[in-house]
Amino acid sequence: MSRHRQAIAVLALVGIAVATYLWLHAIGVIGVLKCGSGGCEIVQASKYAELLGIPVAFYGVVGYATLFGLSLVGARPALVARAWPTRWLAVLSGAGFLFTLYLTSLEMFVIHAWCRWCLASAAIITAIFVTALAGLPRKT
Amino acid sequence: MNRFYVLLGVVAAAAVAFLIYSTQQEPGGAAAASNPNVPITAQDRAFPGYTLGSDSAPVKVVEYIDYECPICAMFATVQFPTIRDQLINTGKVQWRLRDYPLPPTTHQWSHLAANAVACASEQGKAWDMVDALFDHHDWALQKSNPTSVFRGLAQSVGVNPTTWDACLASNKYAGRIQASANEGDSLGVNGTPTLFINGTLVRARATSDLVQHIADSLIAATKKK
Repeated sequence: MSRHRQAIAVLALVGIAVATYLWLHAIGVIGVLKCGSGGCEIVQASKYAELLGIPVAFYGVVGYATLFGLSLVGARPALVARAWPTRWLAVLSGAGFLFTLYLTSLEMFVIHAWCRWCLASAAIITAIFVTALAGLPRKT
Repeated sequence: MNRFYVLLGVVAAAAVAFLIYSTQQEPGGAAAASNPNVPITAQDRAFPGYTLGSDSAPVKVVEYIDYECPICAMFATVQFPTIRDQLINTGKVQWRLRDYPLPPTTHQWSHLAANAVACASEQGKAWDMVDALFDHHDWALQKSNPTSVFRGLAQSVGVNPTTWDACLASNKYAGRIQASANEGDSLGVNGTPTLFINGTLVRARATSDLVQHIADSLIAATKKK
Protein backbone atom coordinates (compact mmCIF):
# COMPACT_ATOMS: atom_id res chain seq x y z
CA MET A 1 0.00 0.00 0.00
CA SER A 2 2.90 2.29 0.81
CA ARG A 3 4.31 1.85 -2.70
CA HIS A 4 1.03 2.97 -4.24
CA ARG A 5 0.96 6.12 -2.13
CA GLN A 6 4.60 6.87 -2.88
CA ALA A 7 3.94 6.52 -6.60
CA ILE A 8 0.94 8.83 -6.29
CA ALA A 9 3.08 11.38 -4.43
CA VAL A 10 5.62 11.45 -7.28
CA LEU A 11 2.91 11.67 -9.94
CA ALA A 12 1.09 14.42 -8.02
CA LEU A 13 4.32 16.39 -7.72
CA VAL A 14 4.75 16.26 -11.49
CA GLY A 15 1.09 17.27 -11.80
CA ILE A 16 1.69 20.29 -9.54
CA ALA A 17 4.51 21.38 -11.86
CA VAL A 18 2.38 21.01 -15.01
CA ALA A 19 -0.63 22.78 -13.50
CA THR A 20 1.57 25.56 -12.08
CA TYR A 21 3.15 26.08 -15.49
CA LEU A 22 -0.30 26.49 -17.09
CA TRP A 23 -1.49 28.69 -14.23
CA LEU A 24 1.55 31.00 -14.48
CA HIS A 25 0.77 31.37 -18.17
CA ALA A 26 -2.89 32.10 -17.40
CA ILE A 27 -2.02 34.94 -15.04
CA GLY A 28 0.53 36.42 -17.45
CA VAL A 29 3.79 35.46 -15.72
CA ILE A 30 4.83 33.15 -18.57
CA GLY A 31 4.43 34.65 -22.02
CA VAL A 32 4.33 31.74 -24.42
CA LEU A 33 3.78 28.08 -23.62
CA LYS A 34 6.30 25.61 -24.99
CA CYS A 35 3.74 23.64 -26.89
CA GLY A 36 5.09 22.63 -30.29
CA SER A 37 1.85 23.79 -31.88
CA GLY A 38 -0.62 26.64 -31.40
CA GLY A 39 -3.03 24.30 -29.62
CA CYS A 40 -2.06 25.28 -26.09
CA GLU A 41 -2.69 28.96 -26.73
CA ILE A 42 -6.01 28.27 -28.42
CA VAL A 43 -7.18 26.17 -25.49
CA GLN A 44 -5.81 28.58 -22.91
CA ALA A 45 -7.43 31.52 -24.69
CA SER A 46 -10.84 29.85 -24.81
CA LYS A 47 -13.61 30.71 -22.39
CA TYR A 48 -13.31 27.20 -20.95
CA ALA A 49 -9.87 28.03 -19.53
CA GLU A 50 -11.62 29.80 -16.63
CA LEU A 51 -14.18 28.54 -14.15
CA LEU A 52 -15.97 31.00 -11.85
CA GLY A 53 -13.42 33.64 -12.83
CA ILE A 54 -10.46 31.52 -11.78
CA PRO A 55 -8.09 29.85 -14.27
CA VAL A 56 -8.87 26.13 -14.53
CA ALA A 57 -5.16 25.44 -14.11
CA PHE A 58 -5.34 26.83 -10.57
CA TYR A 59 -7.89 24.18 -9.65
CA GLY A 60 -5.32 21.71 -10.97
CA VAL A 61 -2.61 23.15 -8.70
CA VAL A 62 -4.91 22.88 -5.67
CA GLY A 63 -6.09 19.38 -6.64
CA TYR A 64 -2.61 17.97 -7.19
CA ALA A 65 -1.32 19.65 -4.03
CA THR A 66 -4.12 17.99 -2.05
CA LEU A 67 -3.32 14.58 -3.58
CA PHE A 68 0.37 15.15 -2.91
CA GLY A 69 -0.20 16.05 0.74
CA LEU A 70 -2.60 13.18 1.32
CA SER A 71 -0.30 10.62 -0.29
CA LEU A 72 2.67 11.85 1.77
CA VAL A 73 0.68 11.62 4.99
CA GLY A 74 -0.60 8.20 3.96
CA ALA A 75 2.92 6.96 3.20
CA ARG A 76 4.10 7.61 6.76
CA PRO A 77 4.84 4.41 8.70
CA ALA A 78 2.11 5.13 11.26
CA LEU A 79 -0.56 5.20 8.54
CA VAL A 80 0.74 2.67 6.03
CA ALA A 81 -1.55 -0.05 7.32
CA ARG A 82 -4.64 2.18 7.32
CA ALA A 83 -6.93 2.03 4.32
CA TRP A 84 -8.56 5.46 4.53
CA PRO A 85 -5.76 7.47 2.84
CA THR A 86 -5.98 5.31 -0.27
CA ARG A 87 -9.79 5.48 -0.27
CA TRP A 88 -9.62 9.28 -0.15
CA LEU A 89 -6.95 9.30 -2.84
CA ALA A 90 -9.23 7.18 -5.04
CA VAL A 91 -12.24 9.44 -4.41
CA LEU A 92 -10.35 12.71 -5.01
CA SER A 93 -8.40 11.49 -8.03
CA GLY A 94 -11.65 10.01 -9.39
CA ALA A 95 -13.24 13.46 -9.21
CA GLY A 96 -10.17 14.92 -10.88
CA PHE A 97 -10.28 12.23 -13.54
CA LEU A 98 -13.94 13.01 -14.35
CA PHE A 99 -13.22 16.75 -14.49
CA THR A 100 -10.26 16.09 -16.79
CA LEU A 101 -12.46 13.89 -18.97
CA TYR A 102 -14.86 16.83 -19.32
CA LEU A 103 -12.02 19.24 -20.19
CA THR A 104 -10.51 16.83 -22.71
CA SER A 105 -13.90 16.35 -24.39
CA LEU A 106 -14.14 20.15 -24.69
CA GLU A 107 -10.79 20.16 -26.46
CA MET A 108 -11.93 17.44 -28.83
CA PHE A 109 -15.51 18.48 -29.60
CA VAL A 110 -15.85 22.20 -28.83
CA ILE A 111 -12.48 23.95 -29.05
CA HIS A 112 -11.06 21.63 -31.73
CA ALA A 113 -7.51 22.08 -30.50
CA TRP A 114 -5.20 20.04 -28.33
CA CYS A 115 -3.12 21.46 -25.52
CA ARG A 116 -0.26 19.04 -24.92
CA TRP A 117 0.27 20.21 -21.36
CA CYS A 118 -3.41 19.60 -20.63
CA LEU A 119 -3.06 16.12 -22.12
CA ALA A 120 0.00 15.55 -19.94
CA SER A 121 -2.09 16.53 -16.92
CA ALA A 122 -4.87 14.21 -18.11
CA ALA A 123 -2.37 11.34 -18.32
CA ILE A 124 -1.07 12.12 -14.81
CA ILE A 125 -4.49 12.24 -13.13
CA THR A 126 -5.47 9.03 -14.95
CA ALA A 127 -2.30 7.32 -13.69
CA ILE A 128 -3.00 8.56 -10.14
CA PHE A 129 -6.58 7.31 -10.29
CA VAL A 130 -5.54 3.89 -11.60
CA THR A 131 -2.77 3.63 -8.99
CA ALA A 132 -5.19 4.57 -6.19
CA LEU A 133 -7.69 1.98 -7.37
CA ALA A 134 -4.95 -0.64 -7.51
CA GLY A 135 -3.91 0.26 -3.96
CA LEU A 136 -7.40 -0.16 -2.48
CA PRO A 137 -7.65 -3.07 -0.04
CA ARG A 138 -9.35 -6.09 -1.57
CA LYS A 139 -12.03 -8.11 0.10
CA THR A 140 -11.03 -11.72 0.50
CA MET B 1 11.77 5.11 2.29
CA ASN B 2 14.89 7.25 1.92
CA ARG B 3 15.06 6.55 -1.80
CA PHE B 4 11.49 7.76 -2.06
CA TYR B 5 12.32 11.13 -0.53
CA VAL B 6 15.43 11.44 -2.72
CA LEU B 7 13.25 10.83 -5.77
CA LEU B 8 10.73 13.41 -4.56
CA GLY B 9 13.54 15.89 -4.05
CA VAL B 10 14.91 15.32 -7.54
CA VAL B 11 11.46 15.72 -9.12
CA ALA B 12 10.75 18.84 -7.05
CA ALA B 13 14.11 20.40 -7.96
CA ALA B 14 13.58 19.65 -11.66
CA ALA B 15 10.08 21.13 -11.53
CA VAL B 16 11.21 24.30 -9.78
CA ALA B 17 14.13 24.71 -12.20
CA PHE B 18 11.81 24.27 -15.17
CA LEU B 19 9.30 26.82 -13.86
CA ILE B 20 12.00 29.37 -13.09
CA TYR B 21 13.53 28.82 -16.53
CA SER B 22 10.11 29.24 -18.16
CA THR B 23 9.47 32.55 -16.48
CA GLN B 24 12.83 33.92 -17.55
CA GLN B 25 13.79 32.26 -20.82
CA GLU B 26 10.88 32.27 -23.20
CA PRO B 27 11.88 30.56 -26.47
CA GLY B 28 8.87 32.08 -28.14
CA GLY B 29 9.38 35.38 -26.48
CA ALA B 30 12.00 37.97 -25.90
CA ALA B 31 15.21 36.45 -27.14
CA ALA B 32 13.75 34.66 -30.12
CA ALA B 33 11.87 37.69 -31.39
CA SER B 34 15.14 39.33 -32.35
CA ASN B 35 16.50 38.90 -35.85
CA PRO B 36 19.88 40.59 -36.35
CA ASN B 37 19.74 39.98 -40.12
CA VAL B 38 17.06 42.59 -40.71
CA PRO B 39 18.60 46.04 -41.35
CA ILE B 40 17.01 48.72 -39.19
CA THR B 41 17.16 52.39 -40.05
CA ALA B 42 16.78 55.39 -37.77
CA GLN B 43 13.40 55.96 -39.41
CA ASP B 44 12.37 52.43 -38.46
CA ARG B 45 13.32 53.10 -34.85
CA ALA B 46 11.47 56.41 -34.82
CA PHE B 47 8.15 54.91 -35.88
CA PRO B 48 5.89 55.13 -32.80
CA GLY B 49 3.31 52.50 -33.75
CA TYR B 50 -0.36 52.70 -34.64
CA THR B 51 -2.15 55.16 -32.42
CA LEU B 52 -5.83 55.38 -31.52
CA GLY B 53 -7.25 58.18 -29.40
CA SER B 54 -6.39 61.69 -28.40
CA ASP B 55 -2.79 62.83 -27.92
CA SER B 56 -4.01 64.75 -24.86
CA ALA B 57 -5.42 61.64 -23.16
CA PRO B 58 -4.06 61.41 -19.59
CA VAL B 59 -3.43 57.67 -19.84
CA LYS B 60 -1.21 56.20 -22.56
CA VAL B 61 -1.34 52.49 -23.19
CA VAL B 62 1.18 50.69 -25.38
CA GLU B 63 0.25 47.18 -26.45
CA TYR B 64 2.85 44.78 -27.86
CA ILE B 65 0.91 42.57 -30.16
CA ASP B 66 1.19 39.49 -32.33
CA TYR B 67 -1.64 39.21 -34.85
CA GLU B 68 -1.54 35.41 -34.91
CA CYS B 69 -1.73 35.11 -31.12
CA PRO B 70 -5.14 33.74 -30.07
CA ILE B 71 -5.03 35.54 -26.73
CA CYS B 72 -4.44 38.82 -28.59
CA ALA B 73 -7.41 37.95 -30.81
CA MET B 74 -9.60 37.25 -27.81
CA PHE B 75 -8.50 40.48 -26.14
CA ALA B 76 -9.12 42.42 -29.36
CA THR B 77 -12.58 41.02 -29.97
CA VAL B 78 -13.90 40.59 -26.43
CA GLN B 79 -12.17 43.22 -24.27
CA PHE B 80 -11.01 45.92 -26.63
CA PRO B 81 -14.46 47.09 -27.90
CA THR B 82 -15.32 48.09 -24.32
CA ILE B 83 -11.97 49.84 -23.92
CA ARG B 84 -12.50 51.68 -27.20
CA ASP B 85 -16.01 52.80 -26.23
CA GLN B 86 -15.46 53.69 -22.60
CA LEU B 87 -11.86 54.83 -22.47
CA ILE B 88 -10.47 55.75 -25.88
CA ASN B 89 -13.54 57.40 -27.41
CA THR B 90 -14.10 59.38 -24.19
CA GLY B 91 -10.59 60.86 -24.33
CA LYS B 92 -9.31 59.09 -21.22
CA VAL B 93 -6.89 56.75 -22.93
CA GLN B 94 -4.67 56.80 -25.98
CA TRP B 95 -3.83 53.34 -27.30
CA ARG B 96 -0.70 52.56 -29.28
CA LEU B 97 -0.01 49.24 -30.99
CA ARG B 98 3.55 47.99 -31.33
CA ASP B 99 4.49 44.96 -33.40
CA TYR B 100 5.86 42.01 -31.50
CA PRO B 101 5.64 39.11 -33.95
CA LEU B 102 6.73 35.87 -32.32
CA PRO B 103 9.14 33.76 -34.36
CA PRO B 104 7.87 31.39 -37.09
CA THR B 105 8.52 28.39 -34.85
CA THR B 106 5.75 29.68 -32.61
CA HIS B 107 3.53 31.61 -35.03
CA GLN B 108 4.15 30.96 -38.68
CA TRP B 109 2.32 33.96 -40.14
CA SER B 110 2.93 36.67 -37.55
CA HIS B 111 5.52 38.57 -39.58
CA LEU B 112 3.34 38.39 -42.68
CA ALA B 113 0.36 39.71 -40.71
CA ALA B 114 2.48 42.54 -39.27
CA ASN B 115 3.56 43.43 -42.80
CA ALA B 116 -0.06 43.30 -43.95
CA VAL B 117 -0.98 45.85 -41.29
CA ALA B 118 2.05 48.02 -42.09
CA CYS B 119 1.07 48.07 -45.76
CA ALA B 120 -2.51 48.98 -44.87
CA SER B 121 -1.16 51.77 -42.66
CA GLU B 122 0.30 53.41 -45.78
CA GLN B 123 -3.27 54.02 -46.80
CA GLY B 124 -4.44 55.12 -43.35
CA LYS B 125 -6.10 51.78 -42.65
CA ALA B 126 -3.88 50.22 -40.00
CA TRP B 127 -6.53 49.90 -37.29
CA ASP B 128 -9.17 48.77 -39.79
CA MET B 129 -6.79 46.05 -40.93
CA VAL B 130 -6.01 45.04 -37.34
CA ASP B 131 -9.73 44.75 -36.60
CA ALA B 132 -10.26 42.72 -39.78
CA LEU B 133 -7.40 40.33 -38.92
CA PHE B 134 -8.83 39.66 -35.48
CA ASP B 135 -12.48 39.55 -36.53
CA HIS B 136 -11.65 36.84 -39.09
CA HIS B 137 -8.99 35.05 -37.13
CA ASP B 138 -9.62 31.64 -38.72
CA TRP B 139 -6.60 32.29 -40.94
CA ALA B 140 -4.41 31.71 -37.89
CA LEU B 141 -5.62 28.12 -37.67
CA GLN B 142 -4.76 27.30 -41.29
CA LYS B 143 -1.48 25.83 -42.35
CA SER B 144 -1.69 27.40 -45.82
CA ASN B 145 -0.22 30.82 -46.56
CA PRO B 146 -2.90 33.42 -45.70
CA THR B 147 -1.71 36.16 -48.09
CA SER B 148 -4.84 35.88 -50.24
CA VAL B 149 -7.02 36.06 -47.10
CA PHE B 150 -5.13 39.17 -45.96
CA ARG B 151 -5.58 40.68 -49.41
CA GLY B 152 -9.33 40.10 -49.23
CA LEU B 153 -9.48 41.62 -45.75
CA ALA B 154 -7.42 44.61 -46.88
CA GLN B 155 -9.82 45.16 -49.77
CA SER B 156 -12.81 44.83 -47.46
CA VAL B 157 -11.57 47.73 -45.30
CA GLY B 158 -10.98 49.96 -48.32
CA VAL B 159 -7.30 49.40 -49.04
CA ASN B 160 -6.19 49.67 -52.66
CA PRO B 161 -5.13 46.06 -53.33
CA THR B 162 -2.62 46.80 -56.09
CA THR B 163 -0.63 49.22 -53.93
CA TRP B 164 -0.95 46.86 -50.98
CA ASP B 165 0.32 43.91 -53.09
CA ALA B 166 3.40 45.86 -54.16
CA CYS B 167 4.08 46.95 -50.59
CA LEU B 168 3.77 43.41 -49.23
CA ALA B 169 6.01 41.98 -51.94
CA SER B 170 8.70 44.58 -51.18
CA ASN B 171 8.80 43.59 -47.48
CA LYS B 172 9.83 47.18 -46.91
CA TYR B 173 8.50 47.33 -43.36
CA ALA B 174 10.57 44.40 -42.07
CA GLY B 175 13.02 46.79 -40.39
CA ARG B 176 10.24 48.81 -38.77
CA ILE B 177 8.59 45.68 -37.42
CA GLN B 178 11.91 44.33 -36.16
CA ALA B 179 12.71 47.68 -34.49
CA SER B 180 9.41 47.44 -32.64
CA ALA B 181 10.14 43.85 -31.56
CA ASN B 182 13.61 44.85 -30.41
CA GLU B 183 12.13 47.71 -28.41
CA GLY B 184 9.76 45.21 -26.78
CA ASP B 185 12.69 42.94 -25.93
CA SER B 186 14.56 45.80 -24.31
CA LEU B 187 11.49 46.66 -22.21
CA GLY B 188 11.03 43.12 -20.92
CA VAL B 189 8.19 41.94 -23.17
CA ASN B 190 8.13 38.15 -23.25
CA GLY B 191 4.76 37.37 -24.74
CA THR B 192 1.65 38.89 -26.22
CA PRO B 193 -0.41 40.83 -25.55
CA THR B 194 1.79 42.84 -23.21
CA LEU B 195 0.55 46.20 -22.00
CA PHE B 196 2.43 49.20 -20.69
CA ILE B 197 0.20 51.73 -18.99
CA ASN B 198 1.85 55.13 -18.67
CA GLY B 199 5.15 53.36 -19.14
CA THR B 200 4.64 50.66 -16.51
CA LEU B 201 4.65 47.03 -17.58
CA VAL B 202 1.43 45.27 -16.60
CA ARG B 203 2.22 41.72 -15.49
CA ALA B 204 -1.33 40.39 -15.55
CA ARG B 205 -3.78 39.03 -18.08
CA ALA B 206 -5.12 42.05 -19.97
CA THR B 207 -8.83 42.68 -19.51
CA SER B 208 -11.01 45.75 -20.04
CA ASP B 209 -11.80 45.80 -16.31
CA LEU B 210 -8.10 45.84 -15.45
CA VAL B 211 -7.33 48.63 -17.93
CA GLN B 212 -10.36 50.62 -16.76
CA HIS B 213 -9.35 50.21 -13.11
CA ILE B 214 -5.76 51.31 -13.72
CA ALA B 215 -6.81 54.17 -15.99
CA ASP B 216 -9.35 55.44 -13.44
CA SER B 217 -6.75 55.23 -10.66
CA LEU B 218 -4.21 57.16 -12.72
CA ILE B 219 -6.73 59.81 -13.70
CA ALA B 220 -7.88 60.18 -10.08
CA ALA B 221 -4.25 60.47 -8.93
CA THR B 222 -3.59 63.15 -11.57
CA LYS B 223 -6.62 65.16 -10.45
CA LYS B 224 -5.49 65.08 -6.80
CA LYS B 225 -2.20 66.69 -7.77
